[in-house]
Amino acid sequence: MATETDDVFTRIGQWQMAGKGVALATVVRTWGSSPRPAGSHLVVDETGAFFGSVSGGCIEGAVIHEARAVIADGKPRLLEFGVSDEQAWEVGLACGGKVEVYVERVE
Amino acid sequence: MKADILHRLIALRQARSPCALVTRIIDGCQSLIAGGSPDGDLVLTPAHLEQIAARLAADKSGPLEADPGLFVRVYAPPSRLFVVGAVHIAQFLAPMATMAGFEVTVIDPRRAFANADRFPDVELSDEWPDEAMAKRLPDAQTAVVTLTHDPKLDDPALVVALASPAFYIGALGSRRTHAQRVERLTAEGLGEQVTRIHAPVGLDLGGRSPAEIAVSVLAQIVMVKHGHDL
Repeated sequence: MATETDDVFTRIGQWQMAGKGVALATVVRTWGSSPRPAGSHLVVDETGAFFGSVSGGCIEGAVIHEARAVIADGKPRLLEFGVSDEQAWEVGLACGGKVEVYVERVE
Repeated sequence: MKADILHRLIALRQARSPCALVTRIIDGCQSLIAGGSPDGDLVLTPAHLEQIAARLAADKSGPLEADPGLFVRVYAPPSRLFVVGAVHIAQFLAPMATMAGFEVTVIDPRRAFANADRFPDVELSDEWPDEAMAKRLPDAQTAVVTLTHDPKLDDPALVVALASPAFYIGALGSRRTHAQRVERLTAEGLGEQVTRIHAPVGLDLGGRSPAEIAVSVLAQIVMVKHGHDL
C-alpha cells in the first residue's frame, strides 16, 4: 500500500511499462463547494482505465474522454466544469461548485 | 509532462523531499522546484520563487498569485505514523492509516507480535521503541500512538515522542492507567509535556472491537492533523 499521490505515480509507471499512453489530470482551481481541492490528480490510460479523482465522480467521465484525446494528440487542455443541469444531462457538478481541470500527456 | 521531470518528481518523493511542480497552463511548460532552486523550461522571477516557497511551506497547491497562468502543485512528504505495539488494534490501524495517506511504522521488540505474517506491507521494527524512534526522529508531520499496555514499552516511546515536535501523541489505556502514566512521566521531569498525550486514546465513538478502536484513533489523528476540534 502507498499514499494516494504515490499510487498515482506508481500507476503512471505501470502503464508506461506496459507501453500505454498516459494522461495526468489535475484540479487547478475551484470555486464554491467543489469536492476535491486544487492539486487532486486523476490518471488515465489510452484505453480509458483511470485511477484517482478530480471530483466526487461527477465529471470523471468527461475528463477521461478528453484525456484520451490528449494522449492521442499530445496537446494539453484546460477543462472547465460548472453546475450541472439535470434536465439537459449536462456534465457538471451537482454540488453547485465550479472547477478547472488541466490535462496533460505524460511522456 | 516530460519524462525527466516525472522521474525527478518520483525520486524526490521517494526521498521524502518536498517539491513543487509549476505548470504554465497555456502551453504546458513546466519547472520543478526542490530545495529552492528551479529546474525546467520556465523563467521564474524571485517574486515567483518567493510565492512558490510560501505555497511549499503551507502545503497548498494553487495558481500563483503573481501570475495566475502558472499553477503550482505542491508535493509534501506524506505524514508518518509510529505505532508502538504490534497488537490486534495495530493490525487494523496500520492498513487503515496507510490508506489514509500515512507512512506507517509498527514498532515492537516482541517478534511473536511484530512479524510480516501479521503485518504485510507495513514497515516493521523489532527494536526497543525508544531506539526505533530515535533512529527515525519524529518530526512535525509525525503521529505516535502507543498500544502495548506495557509501561516498559510504552513509556520509553512516549519519552522520545514528548521530546519531539510530533503533531499527535496518543496512548492506549484507561483513565486510571493514564493517571499512573502521568505520575511516572512527571517523575521523569516531563510534567509540562504530558498534557500533549491524547488519553484515553481516540474519539469516543462507542466502539469496543479492535477495528472500531482503530477507527477512533485514526479519526482523532486526522482531526488533530487538520487543527479541528469537536
